Amino acid sequence: MRGFYLAPGLPQPIPAPDGLDGPFWAGLAEEKIRLQRCADCRRWQWGPEWICHHCHSEAVGFEEVPSAEGVIYSYERVWHPVHPALKDQGPYLVVLVELPGADNVRVVGNLLGDPEADVVIGSRVRPVFEHHPDADPPFTLLQWEPVIIPT
Amino acid sequence: MSGPTLRGSVCVAGVGETEYYKRGQSPDAEGKLALKAIVAACADAGISPEDIDGFSSFSNDRNDPSRLAAALGCRELRFANMQWGGGGGGGSAAVAHAAAAIHGGLAECVVVFRALAQGQFGRFGQGPRRNTIAGDPAHTVPYGLMSPAQMFAMKVVRFMHEHRVDQNALRAISLAAYHHAQNNPRAVMYGRPLDEATYDASRWIVEPFHLYDCCLENDGAAAMILVSAERAAEFPHTPCYLLGAVSGSHYRAGAGVHNTPEYASSSFPTLAPRLYSMAGVRPSDVDVLQSYENFTGGVLMSLVEHGFCDADACNEFFVKERFLAPGGDLPLNTSGGNLAECYMHGLGLIIEAVRQIRGDSSNPVPDADVSMTISGPMVTPVSSCIFGTEATL
Repeated sequence: MRGFYLAPGLPQPIPAPDGLDGPFWAGLAEEKIRLQRCADCRRWQWGPEWICHHCHSEAVGFEEVPSAEGVIYSYERVWHPVHPALKDQGPYLVVLVELPGADNVRVVGNLLGDPEADVVIGSRVRPVFEHHPDADPPFTLLQWEPVIIPT
Repeated sequence: MSGPTLRGSVCVAGVGETEYYKRGQSPDAEGKLALKAIVAACADAGISPEDIDGFSSFSNDRNDPSRLAAALGCRELRFANMQWGGGGGGGSAAVAHAAAAIHGGLAECVVVFRALAQGQFGRFGQGPRRNTIAGDPAHTVPYGLMSPAQMFAMKVVRFMHEHRVDQNALRAISLAAYHHAQNNPRAVMYGRPLDEATYDASRWIVEPFHLYDCCLENDGAAAMILVSAERAAEFPHTPCYLLGAVSGSHYRAGAGVHNTPEYASSSFPTLAPRLYSMAGVRPSDVDVLQSYENFTGGVLMSLVEHGFCDADACNEFFVKERFLAPGGDLPLNTSGGNLAECYMHGLGLIIEAVRQIRGDSSNPVPDADVSMTISGPMVTPVSSCIFGTEATL
């Protein structure tokens, strides 16, 4: 079993009490990326909203992104801990990933691997589902790892 | 510009601030700081606090205007306004709203104010301390993306990538601020100069921000009093007129989980043209500029989006010498700004813009007629404003 990328103790995500993002978190537990898609105009949107910002339909549901591979749109290497849980973490990488399979909407995650490695904007990444089954309640984070292209 | 405008409608009667303290070191409670700054601004204007009939603030300031008005003995309260949005994005918006209230006959004497006592109320630059998190932050905080520096570094990395901007461009902004603070006794970093080697050797907070790319966190308060331009001759200082002020943000700037379409932005692409149109000036007319530095990368994008520099020419444009008063092409953050004077959510920058018009800045720019402030880059809404001398009317 893979360890956790960040040290334990950060606030853990729970579905929004208003119900807006519940299917997203449930999807991660099943190792699926489910994001909002409009049943009328068929376009994707993220973050979640109550209506489709393209056509204003209320028929926004959640669908699995058909191709879950992503592209690094931006990233940052964090050095200074702003939470006690990260006091001994050392540097870590956060990536903003575009999903070409979902109209290039973006999600945030960590880039697994050496935190001091060079990061290339535009490079391909694949999802890794980081399960926290012993948490109360259990949750899953959406992490990313580089796609190694054979030369 | 045709149609309704704030141009020339109001002037600044007076400005004031408390002593500026390091975070948590104010001997006074936040409410007392607010009152002290307002009383100081009234003294600067030569008016009684009883004459204030309007209050305008931003960033969820905790000091309720009704209580302030009661404490100050204001004869009547006619205007109590708060700009939505966090950080310093609302600084110039608070000026715009005060001016609009006066211009529209809602009030006659409006104070723009901001007070902060982080020792009393907690810090900005820390992550949330709780066991669970929901809503938009649930999609970022568990990945260690939670502080303002971390939220905005993601935008700046993308901008620097798209336009091949070097770290030295950010460094120039920081060096200019610290240079100016050495002449400003109010500055928290007065007597603490910064050079290239010290910047380069300073620790990373989050790439591309070194320690010196990040604003201070301070306690204190600032205030400025606006009245109708017709009254400009009543006050002791060189008249300073508002030429323009705008607020807002571009298309879907508030989209969740970092999904703003035009992402690598300080949020000003639609505002800047409206500002220049209202003020009737061009970027080349601006004699001195205060640009809000939550982080230097925000200044980088703000100057580009306000037309001072082409996005692909930042490495040539962002050099320290250009930004130094009195002789640089574009003196920048001449009080030391949020990096080196005080982080009062940028109201100090607006006061400094006024002081440049009045000629009583600690780093005066000779013959400054057009003085501009940019408030709160990268948040939404943001705002910016331009002041001018009587000659610009």
